[in-house]
Amino acid sequence: MLFMGQDTNESVEPEAETGLPWLRTWNQVYLVVIIHFAIWIVLLVALTDFFS
Amino acid sequence: MSPLDFVVLIGSMLAIAAYGVWHTRGNRGLNTYLKGDSKTAWFAIGLSVMATQASAITFLSTPGQGYLDGLGFVQIYFGMPVALIIIAAVFLPIFRRLNVYTAYEYLGRRFDKKTRLLGAALFLVQRGLGAGLTIYAPSIVLATVFGWPLDLTIISSGLVVIVYTVMGGSSAVTVTQKYQLAVIFAGMVTAFCLVVVKLPAGLSFTDTFALAGRFQKLNAIDFSTDVHQRYTFWSGLLGGTFLMLAYFGTDQSQVQRYLGGASLREGRLGLMFNAICKIPMQFFILLLGVLIFVFYQFEQPPLFFNATLSHYLAAHPSDERLHNYETDYQSLHDQANRQLQDWLKARHDGDRAAAAAAFAGALTAHQEGEKIRAEAEKSLSQISSTTTATDADYVFITFILHQLPHGVIGLLVAAFFGAALSSKAAELNALGSSTTVDFYRPIIKRDATDQHSLAATKWFTAFWGVVAIAFALYAHLVENLIQAVNILGSIFYGVMLGLFVVAFFIRHVGGSAVFWSALVSQALIFFLYFTLPISYLWYPLIGSAACVILSIFLQGLFNLVGENGNRNTT
Repeated sequence: MLFMGQDTNESVEPEAETGLPWLRTWNQVYLVVIIHFAIWIVLLVALTDFFS
Repeated sequence: MSPLDFVVLIGSMLAIAAYGVWHTRGNRGLNTYLKGDSKTAWFAIGLSVMATQASAITFLSTPGQGYLDGLGFVQIYFGMPVALIIIAAVFLPIFRRLNVYTAYEYLGRRFDKKTRLLGAALFLVQRGLGAGLTIYAPSIVLATVFGWPLDLTIISSGLVVIVYTVMGGSSAVTVTQKYQLAVIFAGMVTAFCLVVVKLPAGLSFTDTFALAGRFQKLNAIDFSTDVHQRYTFWSGLLGGTFLMLAYFGTDQSQVQRYLGGASLREGRLGLMFNAICKIPMQFFILLLGVLIFVFYQFEQPPLFFNATLSHYLAAHPSDERLHNYETDYQSLHDQANRQLQDWLKARHDGDRAAAAAAFAGALTAHQEGEKIRAEAEKSLSQISSTTTATDADYVFITFILHQLPHGVIGLLVAAFFGAALSSKAAELNALGSSTTVDFYRPIIKRDATDQHSLAATKWFTAFWGVVAIAFALYAHLVENLIQAVNILGSIFYGVMLGLFVVAFFIRHVGGSAVFWSALVSQALIFFLYFTLPISYLWYPLIGSAACVILSIFLQGLFNLVGENGNRNTT
């Protein structure tokens, strides 16, 4: 039930490089995302506490 | 709206739609139509994912949420970074490795045909209804405010999006979304700047935040563990993760966006772009609403932002009771305004005691005014049966119309329509694709050529467009619009996610076990929705957990009685 152009061999795409200058592995990219999220949480908690 | 506003609105919308048609004029293949040309770069994927999620309701209704309830709504997005990381690390590589057109195709390969059809059916039902809401929600607000005929607004905006989505497919959606998002951001940034400019002259940045904070509008985080409370840190982080995992990982309207990436890298970076940008973006949209709240502490706001109610009030000048509400509300607002001027002066003089006393007076007057507004809204809603959206949906558009200059009004209305068209196009594109790939081709026309399937996809896309328009024409909403869309998704997403969690992570469970578990879990969610008053953010977590646990249990049972349940650990 495949369409033309659909690969039946389940071709394995190599674990792509991030291509980013400072973040060479995907785990580093994910870590940056989590740190960014944590910083936002801290800022929002500070905003809530400071002005309430 | 002035002629200038109409020029900006119609010019920008038609130009973007025409560009979408022109840009994709040479696309003839099924693969290109369903997935784009597979050359899409990460930035375009990131914008496309963002535009698909951010419907017109996001931009119309979210500032109203900020105005009424403050920043707390931002917590719903706390699950997004974790969810997008899981999708980028686990879901996306598998989808790409199997080279699927739809997410449900994967369920067919991993389990069996009936599970694939169930996953696709859940998607089609909830997204088909959601597409109706996506087009209805901005139309009801804009038509009511501008006095345009509602049916005409729904049909005309629906037809525009049907034309370019049917003609251009996935690439047209991605290409147009870039420019629609540019118009949206231009509009929102302009509105933000103008609200700041319009705040009273003596009110500094810190005064503004102090005032908003004193009215509890800056309470962005609530660590309460009360499950009945709709938006808390925990419901956002735990429930939100499941909601976002389900939406971005199993909803074809999103999966189709990142499957069109040139490589795994482009898809992953597009998702990470959203993981980084979404919370700040929603924060600033909510903050816009909070700033509008502060603005209206010094300017007289209307008794009702809801245009249906204010139109009723204007049309019945002899209704003394209702007009008394208006007079009382204005007088209380004047009283609060005077107290706030005193608060500001005392604050600048450093007189804390006087500032506290003045603010207490302002708060009392404000709360009395809110009581009057609630009473008036309640009694007017009983009289006028046509009330279909809450005040939150009208706050921003009312502010735009009464406070912003011509040209900017046209730009912002264009932003709302741009958002409506971009999310609607992605939904129609996904609905048409899934109907062909998951239902038509495997069940009805097994020997269909690619050319035939392409034609069928176009017809199905148009069909779903007409269904959405028809649903929008007959929709009557009782909840705040953005919440209605989220609630609808939450009811179905849990089970959809459960199917994929079992497929990805629980290798010994087969098709029959997961299929029956999904049906029982969906019935459970419907039961809970009607009987248990908990935040809707918990439904995806409950639905997926129920589906996973039941699947394991049922598979064990099948193993005991000797049935293998179509196990396939692809």
